[in-house]
Amino acid sequence: MMQIVLTVTAVVLSLAAAGAIIRIARGPSLLDRVLAADVLLAIFGAALCIDMAANRHLNNLMLLVAISLIGFVGSVTVARFVADRRENVRES
Amino acid sequence: MNRKRISLRQELPLLVWLVFVWGALWQNFSPGNLLFGALIAVVVARVFYLPPVELGGRFNVLRAVPFAVVFLGKVVAASFQVLYLAVVRGPDVVSAIVAVPLRSHSDLLVTATGHVISLIPGSLVVEVDRSTSTLYIHGINVRNAQDAAKLRKEVRDTEAGLIRIMGTKEELSALAQEAAA
Amino acid sequence: MNPETVIDAVSAVFMVVGALMSLGAAVGLLRFPDLMSRMHAATKPQVLGLFLLLAALGLQMRTWWVWPVLVVAWLFQLLTVPVSAHMVGRAGYRTKHLHPELLSADELEAVVQKAAQKAARQAAARHGTDDDADR
Repeated sequence: MMQIVLTVTAVVLSLAAAGAIIRIARGPSLLDRVLAADVLLAIFGAALCIDMAANRHLNNLMLLVAISLIGFVGSVTVARFVADRRENVRES
Repeated sequence: MNRKRISLRQELPLLVWLVFVWGALWQNFSPGNLLFGALIAVVVARVFYLPPVELGGRFNVLRAVPFAVVFLGKVVAASFQVLYLAVVRGPDVVSAIVAVPLRSHSDLLVTATGHVISLIPGSLVVEVDRSTSTLYIHGINVRNAQDAAKLRKEVRDTEAGLIRIMGTKEELSALAQEAAA
Repeated sequence: MNPETVIDAVSAVFMVVGALMSLGAAVGLLRFPDLMSRMHAATKPQVLGLFLLLAALGLQMRTWWVWPVLVVAWLFQLLTVPVSAHMVGRAGYRTKHLHPELLSADELEAVVQKAAQKAARQAAARHGTDDDADR
């Protein structure tokens, strides 16, 4: 049963990561890209979690915590220093 | 040093939390490890001094447990609502920015309310006005004034629940008067 | 049915639903029209998804001492997600990432304009008095 679950989650998470990457590539503004990168990090975290649950080890637990903290620090920093550099403000 | 001294009682929740994190990260709750963790917690709290959080001085566990359960339920509902909106509505979704004046002026309660309503269905805090203690909330799928009123009521109810858990006595009596009126 | 299979089944369901939450976030990112509604999609499913996956992990490990560290991991997420969402939203509002036609009401705009006018008036007044005071 674990094999089926692993396959299903791998497909689902790959699709999700593809969606987030499309948004990073397309995202009209910097903040959209930051948001999508944050989601991509969360998807990596989910993948680590599923790997640990399926193979019953805890090696990546600290990596998981570190990833979520890095995502937090990154998006807060960018949001703090983002400036409006577009010329036409109402068009994004 | 002209720092305001913090009483041990005020600092205790922080220390307990630090010791808990220490034990959890080591995955070891033996007395010796906890004692060493407590030592480090005290040193950290003394050396890396932060302004104390002004607690209301009370914490009602009987109110906190049902609040936590309802909160978990709302987190689940929030995810499924976003999922539904993303799949069904997609680009046509209409939102609004709603101003919600809060009753409390304490930092802790405004922060806690902001956190909780960011996680329950359909609301995110965009801006906070500390002087009037007003939250400006972005509500998703808010199409008319009725929806906005519902969102406002939800936020006010959340704040009332938090005041019942850990607000000061004055806020609590103000809340009781408001409910009676 | 022995308890082992039940625990396995529950954690399998948690894992699949948790992964679907990530997919839901990605769909929301792609389909919502503006930054603010994308923020809803980016934050909320993350929290539930991590909760479900950590619960599945805790069930699979079958020891009690992993639960505290899982709780700590989830609480960190619970504390950080609203803050980063608020920071991104605030920056988004201030740099005009809004689509006003997608909002049914904006009660912040009037306040912002009033504050901007007041600041402009004050700056003008200060400028006038500074000239006298400095000399």
